[in-house]
Amino acid sequence: MIIHAENLVKTYVLGGSTVRALDGINLDVQEGEMLAIMGPSGSGKSTLMQIIGCLDRPDSGQYVLAGEDVSQLSKDQLAEIRNRRIGFIFQTFNLLPRMNALENVELPLLYAGMSHAKDRAAEALRTVGLDDRMRHTPNQLSGGQRQRVAVARALITNPAILLADEPTGNLDSKTGDEIMALFHTLNEKGRTVILVTHEADIARHCRRQIHLRDGRVVDGMKVG
Amino acid sequence: MLFWTTVKASLKSLLASAMRSFLAMLGIIIGVAAVISMLAIGTGAKKSIMDRVTAMGTNLLVVRPGQSGSHGVMSGTMQTLSLADALAIAREAPGVRRIAPCVGGSVQLKYMSQNSRCRVTGTTSTYLPIRDFKIAQGRAFTEPETDAYARVALLGPVTVDNLFGVNDPIGQDIKMNGINFTVVGVLKAKGDQGWFNPDDQILIPYTTAMKQVLGLDYLGEVDVHVREGEDVNKVLDSITALLRKRHRLQPGTPDDFNIRNQADMIETFNQMAQTFSILLGSIASISLLVGGIGIMNIMLVTVTERTREIGIRKAIGAKERSILLQFLIESMIISGVGGLIGVGLGVAAAVAIPYFTTQFVTLVEVQGILLALSFSAVVGIFFGFYPALRAARLDPVEALRYE
Repeated sequence: MIIHAENLVKTYVLGGSTVRALDGINLDVQEGEMLAIMGPSGSGKSTLMQIIGCLDRPDSGQYVLAGEDVSQLSKDQLAEIRNRRIGFIFQTFNLLPRMNALENVELPLLYAGMSHAKDRAAEALRTVGLDDRMRHTPNQLSGGQRQRVAVARALITNPAILLADEPTGNLDSKTGDEIMALFHTLNEKGRTVILVTHEADIARHCRRQIHLRDGRVVDGMKVG
Repeated sequence: MLFWTTVKASLKSLLASAMRSFLAMLGIIIGVAAVISMLAIGTGAKKSIMDRVTAMGTNLLVVRPGQSGSHGVMSGTMQTLSLADALAIAREAPGVRRIAPCVGGSVQLKYMSQNSRCRVTGTTSTYLPIRDFKIAQGRAFTEPETDAYARVALLGPVTVDNLFGVNDPIGQDIKMNGINFTVVGVLKAKGDQGWFNPDDQILIPYTTAMKQVLGLDYLGEVDVHVREGEDVNKVLDSITALLRKRHRLQPGTPDDFNIRNQADMIETFNQMAQTFSILLGSIASISLLVGGIGIMNIMLVTVTERTREIGIRKAIGAKERSILLQFLIESMIISGVGGLIGVGLGVAAAVAIPYFTTQFVTLVEVQGILLALSFSAVVGIFFGFYPALRAARLDPVEALRYE
C-alpha cells in the first residue's frame, strides 16, 4: 500500500467561523493505481491534495506514505518527502520562467543534493518526448509542451506518486488528451497516479474515482 | 551543484530587472566609493603631515615664547624670549649641537617692476642644517655678515620665480619694505607643506631683520639642534631649567615659554589625522548604511513578487535553508558587485581629486579597500537577511496560491 490515510481532519478559521475542510477522511491507495479525486469547489479536495502532497499537515489523523508516517513531520522533513516521494503537476504548469526546460527538470535533483543531474534531466525530457526542446524557456514552449516539462520534472526523482492538480485545466481538449495519454503510459509502467479534478471527462480516464463533499468521502471505492 | 545553479539563477533574475538591481546597487556603489575616497583623503593628509614634520629636520627642539597650549600665538607678540636666552642655550645647555634664533614676519618684495609678498625669516646660517634646507644656487650668508647687519638674502625657489622669472637672481638687488638687499643664494625646493610654503620665503640675517626690517627686540623662536645620540627629552629638561632660571620664575609659576620636540608634533598631528580619517570615514559609512536599506527595500519587493516561485521551489523539495540562501546570495551579489564598482569609482576619485584641487593629497591603502568591501558584504548579509528569512518562512500552500 502506497498511501494509507486514516481519519484525516483539517480545520480552517475563516472570518471567525471554523470550517472543517477535511472531516475524517479514510483513503487507501495501492501501488500502481490510477485514481481520481473529485468534488465541487469547497468539497475539500484541494486540502486533501495538499496533505497527500505533504505541502500541509493534518490537524489529526494518520497519514502513511510509502511505509513512512508523515503526519507530524517538521517543515524541512516534509520538504524532503516532497522532494523524494511526490511529483507535482499543476494546472498552471508552475515552471520557473527564467530557467530552460533542462534546468527546470534538473532542479529537484539539485535540491536532493545531487551534483551531476543534467544527464538524468535530459533522459526524463526524452521520456515525455521533448528531446528537441531542452534549451527552451517556458515562454518559448506551448501549453502542452510546458505540461510535459512539468511531468518530466515530477518524474525526475522517481517518486512514489504523481499528484496532478487539474493537469488539463489550462489546455485545449486535444493537448489535454495527449497529456492524459502520457499519464496512462506512465501508469501502465507501474507509476501510481492521483488526479485531482472536477471534470468528469478527465476522471473517466481513471479506473477508480472518489467523490468528496463537505470534507467527507461520499462515494468512494467505486472500481470500474 | 545547487550553489552555482542558485548563483546563476540569482544573476538571471537580477539581470531580468536590470534597472531595479542597478538602483539597489547604487547606494552601495556611492557608499563604498565615498568610504574609499574619504579614507584616501585622510591617509593622504596623514602622510603629507608626516612628510612635513620629517622635512623640518630631525633632533629638533623648537623653543617659543608663551605658555604651552597657546598654539597660534604670533611670533613677537610675547616678549619673553631674548637673543641672550638663545645664546645662553647654545652656551650652557648640554647636548646642544647648534641653535638658530629666529624672527619672522611678512614683507613686500620688489625687483624691477615685480612685486611679491612673502614671509621673511631672520636667522643665522645654522638655520639651514637645522631645518634641513639645502642651497640650490649661490651661497648662504656668513657669520661675519650676520654680525655686520649685512643686507643679504637667501630666496626660496618660488619667490625667485615670482620676482625674477627666468633671470639669474644671484647678485641682484631687491627691495624689501623699501630697503635694498643683495640676493646671495637660492634654496632648494622642499615642496608645499600646507600651512606655509617653505619655498616661498626669504631668509636674511636676524640682526638685520630685527633692527632694520621688522623692528623687533625679542625672538619669535629658537630652533635647537640636539647632538646625535643625546636624549632629546633630557636636553629639553635642561633647557627648561635654564630658561626658568634666566626668567627668574618661582617654583609653581608656569613656564613663559614652550618647547616642543618632533615626537610631540608627530603625535599631535597623527591624532589630528586619525580624528580626521574617522570623521570622514564615518560620514561615508552612513551612505553605505543607507545603501543597505535600499537593498532591503528591493529584496522585500522581490520576495513578494516571487512568492509563487518560492512556492514552486518548496513544492519540489526546497528546504527553508535553500530558500534563505538563494535570497541571501542575491542580496550579496547586489552588495558585492556594487562594492566592486564602488571600489573602482572610489580609487578613480582618489586618483582624480589631486588634479582638481591642490587642497588634498590622497593615498589609497589596501586596508581601506578591504574595509569598505567587507563593510559592504556585511551590509548585504545584514539587510538581505530579513527579506530572505521572510521568503524561507513562507507557507508553501499560501505561496502556491499567490497570484
